[in-house]
Amino acid sequence: MKKNIHSMNNPIRSLWNNKTRRTTFSTYAVVIVAFVIMQLLDSAGMLSYAMRGQLIPICVYIVLAISLNLVVGISGELSLGHAGFMGVGAFVGAVTSTALQGLIPDATLRLVFSMVLGGIFAAIMGLIIGIPVLRLRGDYLAIVTLAFGEIIRNIANNLYVGMDEKGLHFAFLSEEGLHMSDAGKLVMAGPRGTVNITPIATFLTGFILILITLFIVLNLVNSKEGRAIKAIRDNRIAAESVGINVMSFKLKAFVISAILAGMAGALYGLSMSNVTSVKFSFTTSIDILVFVVLGGMGNILGSVIAATILTLLPELMRPLADYRMIMYAIVLIVVMLFTWSPKLKGAIEVVTGNLKEWLGKLTNKKEVGTNG
Amino acid sequence: MKKLFAFVMAVMMVVGLFAGCGGDAGGNASDKGDAIRIGLSGPFTGDNAVYGNAVKWGMEVAVEEINAKGGVQIHFMSEDDVSDNEKAGTAYATLMDNNMQIFAGAVTTGPCLTLAPKTVTDNIFMMTPSGSNEDIPKAGDNVFQMCFTDPNQGAASAELINSQKMGTKIGVLYDSTTDYSNGIKKSFENAASELQMEIAAVTSFDANTTDYKTQLQQLQSAECDIVFMPIYAAQAVTVLTNANEMGYKPVFLGCDGMDGVLTQENFDTSLAEGLIMMTPYAADNDDPANVAFVEKYKEKSGGEAPNQFAADGYDVIYAIYEGCVAKGITGKTSNADTCAALKEYFATATFNGLTGTNMTWDETGMVSKVPTAVEVQNGTYVSK
Repeated sequence: MKKNIHSMNNPIRSLWNNKTRRTTFSTYAVVIVAFVIMQLLDSAGMLSYAMRGQLIPICVYIVLAISLNLVVGISGELSLGHAGFMGVGAFVGAVTSTALQGLIPDATLRLVFSMVLGGIFAAIMGLIIGIPVLRLRGDYLAIVTLAFGEIIRNIANNLYVGMDEKGLHFAFLSEEGLHMSDAGKLVMAGPRGTVNITPIATFLTGFILILITLFIVLNLVNSKEGRAIKAIRDNRIAAESVGINVMSFKLKAFVISAILAGMAGALYGLSMSNVTSVKFSFTTSIDILVFVVLGGMGNILGSVIAATILTLLPELMRPLADYRMIMYAIVLIVVMLFTWSPKLKGAIEVVTGNLKEWLGKLTNKKEVGTNG
Repeated sequence: MKKLFAFVMAVMMVVGLFAGCGGDAGGNASDKGDAIRIGLSGPFTGDNAVYGNAVKWGMEVAVEEINAKGGVQIHFMSEDDVSDNEKAGTAYATLMDNNMQIFAGAVTTGPCLTLAPKTVTDNIFMMTPSGSNEDIPKAGDNVFQMCFTDPNQGAASAELINSQKMGTKIGVLYDSTTDYSNGIKKSFENAASELQMEIAAVTSFDANTTDYKTQLQQLQSAECDIVFMPIYAAQAVTVLTNANEMGYKPVFLGCDGMDGVLTQENFDTSLAEGLIMMTPYAADNDDPANVAFVEKYKEKSGGEAPNQFAADGYDVIYAIYEGCVAKGITGKTSNADTCAALKEYFATATFNGLTGTNMTWDETGMVSKVPTAVEVQNGTYVSK
């Protein structure tokens, strides 16, 4: 009896004994440890130029993968337009950052503001699309989100935004429509994408955005609402019969996912001096979906790891020159085959089982020590 | 057991591939020797691979010629950017990790716009063979162009029509969705109004247009006898086919994007007879330097004749080489010194290459060379 009470008081042990908490803890731990290692390597000057350039895109893709996982893995809806939300965030973020240049001289603060606004605009888009579209099921939702992504891309491809002392000017199709004064400069130039952008995104902001994303998504998933969302995914009829409002929960997951993608997009848009709308095409949406599927549907840590590895992989395979994209595809197939093979799963379970046992012994020993 | 065997074999093959190629890369990785290290980032795979590969092969021909001469040696590196801005960032970074000294890229506009500010921060000399946007050289005083800028082409086209008295009523057909077409059209109109030429009709289409008869009818009813169309070859093919069907026969005039019109698939090249385009390079030039270039280029490309991208790439390497020789730059010169010396060199340099003679660069880094036009006659380009 006494021992039982004690074990509940031991935070490490109680953490380890609860499966949900264990996953949550290890997800945060992996991300934080990875960040610390990268920071240490960077300050020691051991990171290559190429690796340093990859840090922010990796952060962006991790956030995108986690947020899409919320829709695809947790809520069970197939969305093929995630890059659209990313694009909204990127262009809103770029315009905001330029517009506020005089008002907020501090780059970090401006970046945060741009990201928040990018998230808000993506949320509005998410609402507009989500309300009619989430009434559809399965393939229909996939096709409508796909169309949404293309609409965003085409609008951005024709949108001209300029900035002069009077403020922002918007025009469609041509630069002349802006009617700017001579001092004005372009922010978005249609097919040329964003111009005159000073990159202000940092690895630290990317890392914090990942933490915020993890906090929001993991808390949502493990809450009462998260269980309701998962119940809808597993059996819609049963969920409805116990009084769960299917539409509202699905919409919540969809909009939260859009906000996070918008923020990641803003970070992306402000990490480069030129971003064109081509980036936010169908291919990018599929790339993000590949991260989610490969990392495991509903597995947040899996999304983080898959996004990191699959972003790095084509770069690490540069020495293969023209063959690298073939190799990338082969790696995808091999990973897909072997992560689903029962033999390999068994082997992994044996390893993790041993590890658990060992860690359990370790915490037990500690306890005995403090007890004695 | 069989499965296990298959798995082991697969792993071995993958490892073998990695190991084999890793070895090559190790050989390429430059130690800071005497050779000047020039890097190129361009699309060697994907939709724009035709441009990237042309530039790369053109540059390789130049590098091989220079290295065979003895004296100043060049170590040439190229990385694939798929014409994607993000990938261009890592391609550039990979080149930097391999101690790149001079950047001879990128090939397409987006990557050029992304990378130019980076070369400014890193103090790396940059000369793009084919990024034609006028914003590229404005990024910094270390960024130079080998090809014409878009506005330049528009103005040159207007002058050509005016000086050669090609027609009296001018029609303009352009693509409203690309930056390239918009930019040239704008500068063409400005130059035309300065030269007091009459533009009788202006008509546009967007990227999804597959039939141009409406636009052509507009031009026909305005009785245009010359049609200026700053559009890409793939679209021009349909325009020419449509015009032929309608029996409308004005003089068609295009810009450098029109280059490659004769190699488009399923196109009856006889329809392009009489087509005039502003391109700085024609492969049929009898100049001995050009004949040698075409021959060596064909070995690399598998028989394909070089286009202006290849020639621009070739010229970039030679221009940089001449600069390095003149300023005494070697592989041991620091990046900052290289950049400063080359900036100084190109401020006053005159360069003769395949794409033009007596080329000079202005203070922004834009090239000034005599625009040349070619006419399609009997299925080949003939200088006009």
